[in-house]
Amino acid sequence: RRRRLLGLIERSRVVIFSKSYCPHSTRVKELFSSLGAECYVLELDQVDDGAKIQEVLLEITNQKTVPNIFVNKVHVGGCDQTFQAYQSGLLQKLLQEDSAYDYDLIVIGGGSGGLSCAKEAAILGKKVMVLDFVVPSPQGTSWGLGGTCVNVGCIPKKLMHQAALLGQALHDSGKFGWEYNQQVKHNWETMTKAIQNHIRSLNFGYGLSLREKAVAYVNSYGEFVEHHKIKATNKKGQETYYTAAQFVIATGERPRYLGIQGDKEYCITSDDLFSLPYCPGKTLVVGASYVALECAGFLAGFGLDVTVMVRSILLRGFDQEMAEKVGSYMEQHGVKFLWKFIPVMVQQLEKGSPGKLKVLAKSTEGTETIEGVYNTVLLAIGRDSCTRKIGLEKIGVKINEKSGKIPVNDVEQTNVPYVYAVGDILEGKPELTPVAIQSGKLLARRLFGASLEKCDYINVPTTVFTPLEYGCCGLSEEKAIEVYKKENLEIYHTLFWPLEWTVAGRENNTCYAKIICNKFDHDRVLGFHILGPNAGEVTQGFAAAMKCGLTKQLLDDTIGIHPTCGEVFTTLEITKSSGLDITQKGC
Amino acid sequence: MAAMAAALRGVGGRFRWWTPAVAGGVRGAAQGAVAGQRDYDLLVIGGGSGGLACAKEAAQLGRKVAVVDYVEPSPRGTRWGLGGTCVNVGCIPKKLMHQAALLGGLIRDAPHYGWEVAQPVPHDWRKMAEAVQNHVKSLNWGHRVQLHDRKVKYFNVKAGFVDEHTVRGVAKGGKEILLSADHIVIATGGRPRYPAHIEGALEYGITSDDIFWLKESPGKTLVVGASYVALECAGFLTGIGLDTTVMMRSIPLRGFDQQMSSLVTEHMASHGTRFLRGCTPSQVRRLPDGQLQVTWEDRTTGKEGTGTFNTVLWAVGRAPDTRSLNLEKAGVDTSPNTQKILVDSREATSVPHIYAIGDVVEGRPELTPTAVMAGRLLAQRLFGGSSDLMDYDKVSSLAGRRLQPGEAESEASSSGVPTTVFTPLEYGCVGLSEEEAVSRHGQERVEVYHAHYKPLEFTVPGRDASQCYVKMVCLREPPQLVLGLHFLGPNAGEVTQGFALGIKCGASYVQVMQTVGIHPTCSEEIVKLRISKRSGLDPTVTGC
Repeated sequence: RRRRLLGLIERSRVVIFSKSYCPHSTRVKELFSSLGAECYVLELDQVDDGAKIQEVLLEITNQKTVPNIFVNKVHVGGCDQTFQAYQSGLLQKLLQEDSAYDYDLIVIGGGSGGLSCAKEAAILGKKVMVLDFVVPSPQGTSWGLGGTCVNVGCIPKKLMHQAALLGQALHDSGKFGWEYNQQVKHNWETMTKAIQNHIRSLNFGYGLSLREKAVAYVNSYGEFVEHHKIKATNKKGQETYYTAAQFVIATGERPRYLGIQGDKEYCITSDDLFSLPYCPGKTLVVGASYVALECAGFLAGFGLDVTVMVRSILLRGFDQEMAEKVGSYMEQHGVKFLWKFIPVMVQQLEKGSPGKLKVLAKSTEGTETIEGVYNTVLLAIGRDSCTRKIGLEKIGVKINEKSGKIPVNDVEQTNVPYVYAVGDILEGKPELTPVAIQSGKLLARRLFGASLEKCDYINVPTTVFTPLEYGCCGLSEEKAIEVYKKENLEIYHTLFWPLEWTVAGRENNTCYAKIICNKFDHDRVLGFHILGPNAGEVTQGFAAAMKCGLTKQLLDDTIGIHPTCGEVFTTLEITKSSGLDITQKGC
Repeated sequence: MAAMAAALRGVGGRFRWWTPAVAGGVRGAAQGAVAGQRDYDLLVIGGGSGGLACAKEAAQLGRKVAVVDYVEPSPRGTRWGLGGTCVNVGCIPKKLMHQAALLGGLIRDAPHYGWEVAQPVPHDWRKMAEAVQNHVKSLNWGHRVQLHDRKVKYFNVKAGFVDEHTVRGVAKGGKEILLSADHIVIATGGRPRYPAHIEGALEYGITSDDIFWLKESPGKTLVVGASYVALECAGFLTGIGLDTTVMMRSIPLRGFDQQMSSLVTEHMASHGTRFLRGCTPSQVRRLPDGQLQVTWEDRTTGKEGTGTFNTVLWAVGRAPDTRSLNLEKAGVDTSPNTQKILVDSREATSVPHIYAIGDVVEGRPELTPTAVMAGRLLAQRLFGGSSDLMDYDKVSSLAGRRLQPGEAESEASSSGVPTTVFTPLEYGCVGLSEEEAVSRHGQERVEVYHAHYKPLEFTVPGRDASQCYVKMVCLREPPQLVLGLHFLGPNAGEVTQGFALGIKCGASYVQVMQTVGIHPTCSEEIVKLRISKRSGLDPTVTGC
């Protein structure tokens, strides 16, 4: 039935799923006949399997009501949307243009989400183009194909985190019998060069894989100029126009600036840090996002003097108990925190690599101001969606005016039916590479592969790669209490001491594990949190188990892999409500 | 601390020590004890993971409990404190020495990441061993403190049954004590075996009981055996820079997935461990310079080979520690083949009030966490009014493991125990091996998804990732239930634990694929497995 339906949509210029008695359906039919368009009308109340067809339509379009209209394979929507499309001229455009478009799909943005969508569409036999253009940062940094994750995100960040962990490992290794001069210096240039080389090989790999899949890659800035038409501007300012039946916006985000005197001139962001040609020296990190804490963490790991300036709380949106523990571990390991301050001015005292900057900051609570001198000021106060300068207004794609994010339905469709969006620019969705990859791929399969699978944004695991890693999946304690009420929850927790830390003489009662269970649903695990080494590796499998309905009982019935950190979750006994001591005395 | 030590020294309490000369007189007195007048509600023989868990739980339930523990020195004279195999000569020191070896690798990575460390960096065995041993000793101490805190009496004596309610304990100096109890739990565990008919094996060889307690570096070492104990030991010895050879009769890691096993040994070989395959030792001699000359037979060529080593380490299996218990005095039955104790589902032996848990029991998985759980449940049944039985089927479908013998492995892995072998490249698995899945369900009904991946951290130092490999064995029929997961790479233990739970929850391939990855990690490779073996496509992961 589904195949039949898709076949029908594929073959017909206009398909109207209707009910003979429905006044809205009648209006739509009249509209199309006034436009002189030939329509295939299926009256669902007059066929035997009408109800079942409606179910299938719900799956395909996320719309159950009639009328349900398709024009040239594009799902326009119901009566109101059709009339809107008529008023905006989109409907006429859809009716005119058969397969006269240059491409089946144009993806704007060559990051994780865009590339995965483009490649999947190409695998499914579609003619696909990717437009990717990196606008240089105010400091002049730019990079190659692959987007944030590869160039200025997860990849370089994890590698620098690894470099910092190696510093710790070197320190530990003396205790484990390795003999070397303990005064080991870190060389920023050597590390950065090695990391940038790796990134370049990834950029090259992405280009290659697009070529292999016959995806057209254009290193130009894409901007909508009218329906189904985009202007691509390259580095030299040359403009080219392309058309496509469908579009995916995957432009991602860029770091935000403070909007104070001296910020764009003298401060850097994560866009610049990973390819900085010189060691940043004494650094002020402004912000308390995970980007801020991760950067501060590894910089301190190299032995640099690092201060984090925090406006209010750490890791907003994450479990606050965990966030606090992340922060206090960093503090114990040499990162300084300036709480409740915001910078108001940055001045250059000396030029150089690095130079010297004076930062003036004021308290968020009073009139107090402070001054500090740093070699580098790194802003990590948030990111802005790249959605305001790509001509979305020309075709009427709605964005959240405040956040710049694009609202989409659960099939990643914007309010303009042939325009979709994936990745960090989606409103209310996690900003994570694997999410973007997954949603991009599934989107292509739904558009071109007759798949119905939607991206599941529930229980998405993630890990913050601070010096002590923090992995989580599901709800924070705050969110769980908000949704389920405190009395319906049981929270189990414990501190633990990784075996490898004992001999190394690293602190006990620092690593922490916590699960949040729903007492009235078989103690189902709603939230999983771990602070400890290799948190990412530990969390992944538990996320898979949560997909399958993990309960406390299942954790208890499971015997641990000994000796690992992950095994603590199989022996959690102490509830938070009991108030019992969770410090570890023996082993 | 001093007060605590004094308290522990005084642990004998109201019991008087007796010399062997007068022991006979006491025996009668203790034997005469009847229910209610016996010294203890529960006496646990063996202070390893299982015994301690049982004793502590019983004390928690308000009972009067004693633990007797005594480590018979190994043939080399090695002995250790309270806590049993896992703590003293098993998982704990093993993982710490593995960590020492991993740190060696990280030191070599460090310059690529900008750390200016002059290479090569030498390793000092003594320093490592001392640190590891100190940690183990602190654990021994911790166990004693825990017993003391819970008012469990502890006797460092060697126990033997006198009758079914009475045990005679002999201390190091020969002093004797008689202890009577209503319930007795045997938890004496196992010890490494020596080969029976090899000249010089016992005289000159050591086992895993000794290696972690050596004060001096073992030097050039021959490890005999193909169990994970053998490979783990050879792995960390190589990793800290020692010339190490593994001699194995047939295949490595019998019972484990053989594709994974061969990748494990391939990785070890490419990192300097030598392998003598298809060889069996026939003689060990001490040369005048103190080195050991080993003679072996190459079973494929039939030729004889010799080599000289500083140390020969036997890792050829383990045997239960039941000989000195005088089980016949109490009437406790053992298996004639294995000498292990026979018990029912309540852990009761042939004598209803005598129980056995842990490695000493016939047909149980030899795992630390299993013994712990069995001990606690037993105490709860005896004294807590509980009727919960240890569900070994459930456990064996999902359990941890500890340093164990070759024989136990095939049993463990085929019954689906999740394990991690801490070889230099760690191998974690849960559920069925590919061979086992095929033999149970047939080639046509099994789908294997696999990938060769490169850990991000390997890229910068240019480490070879040829053996980093993951495969998931599934039923072919939708929704493709996961039968087994095999992961070879860094932190395999951490990666495997959560997935073991997922598989316990009945995860299907589809559900695992719906799980969003954590980027960039190694474990995300598991939720990105798209290539089936059947497809014949290249499983090398490129890009992210």
